[in-house]
Amino acid sequence: MEQLTLDELRKKRKEAQKDIYLREGKYKSKIIVHMGTCGIAAGAREIVSSFLGEIDMLNEKDVMLTTSGCAGLCSMEPMATVELLNLPSVKYGHLTPEKTRKIFKEHILGGGIVKEYAIGIGSEKGG
Amino acid sequence: MAVRRIELMLCTGTGCVAGGAFRVKEALENELKKQGLDKEISVIITGCNGFCGQGPLLVVQPDEIFYGFLNPEDIPVLVQEHFLKGRPVEKLMFTPPEKKEPIPLLSEIPFFQKQLLIVLRNKGIIDPEKIDEYIARDGYTALEKVLTSMTPDEVIEEITHSGLRGRGGAGFSTGTKWKICRSEQKRPKYIICNCDEGDPGAYMDRSVFESDPHTAIEGMIIGAYAIGVSSGYIYVRTEYPLAIKRMELAIFQARNYGLLGTNILDSGFSFDLEIREGSGAFVCGEETSLIHSIEGKGPEPRQRPPFPVQSGIWDYPTVINNVETWANVPVIINRGAGWFSKIGTETSKGTKIFSLVGKINNTGLIEVPMGITLREVVYDIGGGIPGDKEFKAVQTGGPSGGCIPVSMIDVPIDYESLTNAGSMMGSGGMIVMDEETCMVDVAKFFIQFTNDESCGKCTTCRDGSEALLEVLENIANGEGKEGDLEFLEEVGIAVKDASMCGLGTTLPNPVLSTLKYFRDEYDAHINEGRCSALVCKNLIKYYILPEKCTGCRLCLKNCPPEAIKGELKHIHIIDQSKCTKCGTCLDVCPPKISAIIKVTGKETENITGTEDPYPVKRKKGEKNET
Repeated sequence: MEQLTLDELRKKRKEAQKDIYLREGKYKSKIIVHMGTCGIAAGAREIVSSFLGEIDMLNEKDVMLTTSGCAGLCSMEPMATVELLNLPSVKYGHLTPEKTRKIFKEHILGGGIVKEYAIGIGSEKGG
Repeated sequence: MAVRRIELMLCTGTGCVAGGAFRVKEALENELKKQGLDKEISVIITGCNGFCGQGPLLVVQPDEIFYGFLNPEDIPVLVQEHFLKGRPVEKLMFTPPEKKEPIPLLSEIPFFQKQLLIVLRNKGIIDPEKIDEYIARDGYTALEKVLTSMTPDEVIEEITHSGLRGRGGAGFSTGTKWKICRSEQKRPKYIICNCDEGDPGAYMDRSVFESDPHTAIEGMIIGAYAIGVSSGYIYVRTEYPLAIKRMELAIFQARNYGLLGTNILDSGFSFDLEIREGSGAFVCGEETSLIHSIEGKGPEPRQRPPFPVQSGIWDYPTVINNVETWANVPVIINRGAGWFSKIGTETSKGTKIFSLVGKINNTGLIEVPMGITLREVVYDIGGGIPGDKEFKAVQTGGPSGGCIPVSMIDVPIDYESLTNAGSMMGSGGMIVMDEETCMVDVAKFFIQFTNDESCGKCTTCRDGSEALLEVLENIANGEGKEGDLEFLEEVGIAVKDASMCGLGTTLPNPVLSTLKYFRDEYDAHINEGRCSALVCKNLIKYYILPEKCTGCRLCLKNCPPEAIKGELKHIHIIDQSKCTKCGTCLDVCPPKISAIIKVTGKETENITGTEDPYPVKRKKGEKNET
């Protein structure tokens, strides 16, 4: 039995909210890791874990991490696309865990594109 | 818990569990482990998602992709393609009937689009077995607000102003009921949550317990504070094992956190809850019977007044509200009476949950704003009638309600308009009927049900339902006679007038409403021996069309009473003296041939089946000379 006081209940709520943020659809930014066969072979799963580790350290979990298929630039894998709310998306290539940490810090949290790793801005148009 | 990138919200309401949801869960967990994804992706069990016709189902978060009709065999592909490689699997998505393109996102599926979730706001989003997830979704904030900043009278005022009315069927103002009970001098007082849901095809209350039990608990604690009560009962039928299990767990967890028990959140207010299981008698939904059942007596209703708010359990003042009513309370407190009363119609505020079943494409559980029309419910949310059949009627309110015909499809749904149409809101069952539904048969079905369930205390209910049933059976058997319909009306009205409780006073509704809107169908049964929906067995015959029969022996081999005569390449004949009208022949005759039909009325006159089988003479595609 843990008889909660009002403050303890409020604290518990804040804690619990971190566990269900994925279902509530409140995001400011989105990371898409490309997980085609080429991406996985080049180490995309390590990139996913690395991004997840960064998200884990956030207090406010407003970053969504998702995966998609091959982006067509197989020689540049592992790749990820970063989308900040209402801004064009940016594709990064030849990623490593160190690069993802820098991208996470500077682009996703800081809002500035990491130019040296970026391979393109915006998405190709569908025909 | 470590951070994850995907959560799989797997529906484990009773429907999906029966369809194998836990086998799907096991397959998912095994495959995620095999692919090394079990650290980044987790499977969360949720209560009923609502789209029961598609079960077992899951929703992928944060992508919001909806997958239905899952089998354990589908899981390896799903995990490898979508969750590993990021390619959603189209063949497991929802595809509307007669369309080819699937709709990936839950929010774009028409079934979900016109719904407004108040009571079911957490369905599919939280694990009902974890109190922390309810708390995370602003759970127990309404209780905080009430205990820290509102007096009991202010709470009652808020509920009264919201316009909330009882969701169990009768539609009495919830705030007024609380106020009357609060002003009673006698102590102690009690509150009860009525989860004795007995209507055939209805499962709203069960779903609330299975998907979000704490919302009902929080509503009850707030009600108890407002009325001045320190103990309450949850009355639930024993046929709802999963709902009971989740509610027991929820009470245990709430007690553990001190949200139930003495001195709740250090406020000085104390309240606790107990579950009472009923054995599933329909009459226990009636409040005085329910009280007798909790007291350990036979569940027979008693005369009112005094009403339970004055004299309820052990003669103490008692408020009984339905599950859905209680579940509305926390939201009203949090968002305000003004917000709530903007939803709905002049007299009926807020939303209502309906279980949409019968001859409809999208069966399931829906929560819609009051005032929505039947057309929107049947066609937009329900996706229309399967197989291009004609929509005929909707039965609302279960056995106590009535049939609303297609001509009234644009009536807005609220307490008054349904009552004016000869039906009632009831607890929210909605059974859709198409042209193949015989209205005499429907009336007979419901009277059979209420006749079984009548407690027998009032003569009119006990013997009246018997008399109604006997005449309805005669009509369905082709033995109806002149004067039967007038008799049905007279007895129906007498039962309504002279019975004591809600069961008796509403039981003739299915008969009276079908008589009102479908009298020609009754007439056809009596005068022409015709059942136009081809349902009543005594009025139909099965017949093999000689110009279509190819003599394949399929029906002959499958006929249980061996009533079909014939041999290979001979036109088969059904011996009517042996036929039991089970319909097996119709089911097995290949659709390309469709040689078997049902006929009724005059067309049955010359069909005896006494002739002998004769050879099929025609070549392929030609008609036979007969």
